[in-house]
Amino acid sequence: MPVQIEIISPEKVLVSCQVDMAVLPGIDGDLAAMPEHAPIMLLLRGGVVTLYKDDTIIDTYFVGGGFADITQNRCVVLADRATPVQNIDIDRATAELEALSQLWEKADKSDVARLNILQNEILSVQAEIDAGSSS
Amino acid sequence: MASLKELRARIGSVKSTRKITSAMKMVAAAKLRRAQASAEAARPYAQAMQRMIGELAVSVAGEVTLPPLLAGTGQDRVHLLVPLTSDRGLCGGFNANIHKLTKRMISRLQSEGKVVRLLPVGRRAFDFFMRHHADLIVDKLIGFSGKEIPFSIASSLGEKINTLFESREIDVCTLVFNRFHNAMMQKPLCQQLVPVVIETGKGTVPADNVAAYDFEPDETTLLSSLLPRNLQVQIYAALLETAAGENGARMTAMDNATRNAGRSIDRLTQVYNRTRQANITKELIEIISGAQAV
Repeated sequence: MPVQIEIISPEKVLVSCQVDMAVLPGIDGDLAAMPEHAPIMLLLRGGVVTLYKDDTIIDTYFVGGGFADITQNRCVVLADRATPVQNIDIDRATAELEALSQLWEKADKSDVARLNILQNEILSVQAEIDAGSSS
Repeated sequence: MASLKELRARIGSVKSTRKITSAMKMVAAAKLRRAQASAEAARPYAQAMQRMIGELAVSVAGEVTLPPLLAGTGQDRVHLLVPLTSDRGLCGGFNANIHKLTKRMISRLQSEGKVVRLLPVGRRAFDFFMRHHADLIVDKLIGFSGKEIPFSIASSLGEKINTLFESREIDVCTLVFNRFHNAMMQKPLCQQLVPVVIETGKGTVPADNVAAYDFEPDETTLLSSLLPRNLQVQIYAALLETAAGENGARMTAMDNATRNAGRSIDRLTQVYNRTRQANITKELIEIISGAQAV
């Protein structure tokens, strides 16, 4: 029995198809959504969602953080932003990383909440670059 | 009675007005289709988010330290109203309806002794409230409608509201916007954003299913990152509805204007022809009576 996976960004639904397994970048480590998985809600870090069918990768998507709602035969990924890995624009991501690093330099180091947000954004962009350059 | 020359000029000007309004109608119709498509494309995300928050809220219910975005500040004193309008006019009662509803809410809240703050979105709302309630405006957001609306606008607005809320400057935040039903009808309504109103009793989650959920990392962490996100998503949905509604309203208004112009041209043409005929008759009478007198 396959899993119905949906990857949804705020603008639109990117993927809605049946797969045998989907590996999601959870905040505390990767997690595979397979049929009959116990219902779980997951916070995602920036990373790559990999879709498997019969042990072969059929598609990979980069998500810049978000949430996932996994039930027995369904997996809904709410991504802050999402792109197919082959469409990642490394130049844009590198420029963004540059800008974020400068923000980091200037940021008030006592403002922990702000630093946390910045750090997450930097990690997310870094993951995007890694995903883009390894594909 | 107006002279023939004046009538001719008048007919010409109404004709060019009709050309403009019918062109505007076409443009609005084309934009409407795009705006409607993006509003529909954004709906699944908002729905899925609503469902997740519902499930989470049920499972954290009864805990002492709920995030303020869900539980509120415990006060109900300062209300932030966010009226959403277009940047440009010529779209019938679309913006006026929002202004009216917002004004009603302001006077109601003020009569209850609440403090009202305004954050108008769209140039129309900003101009209107600058004239009537300039002292209440805390911030504004204008000059983006007409183009494709990126999510970043909604997220920055959401962050702004969140900051105001966290610094305890506001207790309640309400959006006032037009819900898009179809091109003919947009319904002004207000939706409370903060604290979040959880829709319960929808039957989407059976009660015994909820307990089975696992959460990673944990409920509170998830909820505290979901709620600000939800705020942005709700704002984004409202912005898209406004964009679609604006174009729908403009299309209808311009359709009416085109039809009125057509009717006006018919009437003027009739007057023109009658006047012309009357002039001819008058001249003939003059000639004939002149000839008879000889």
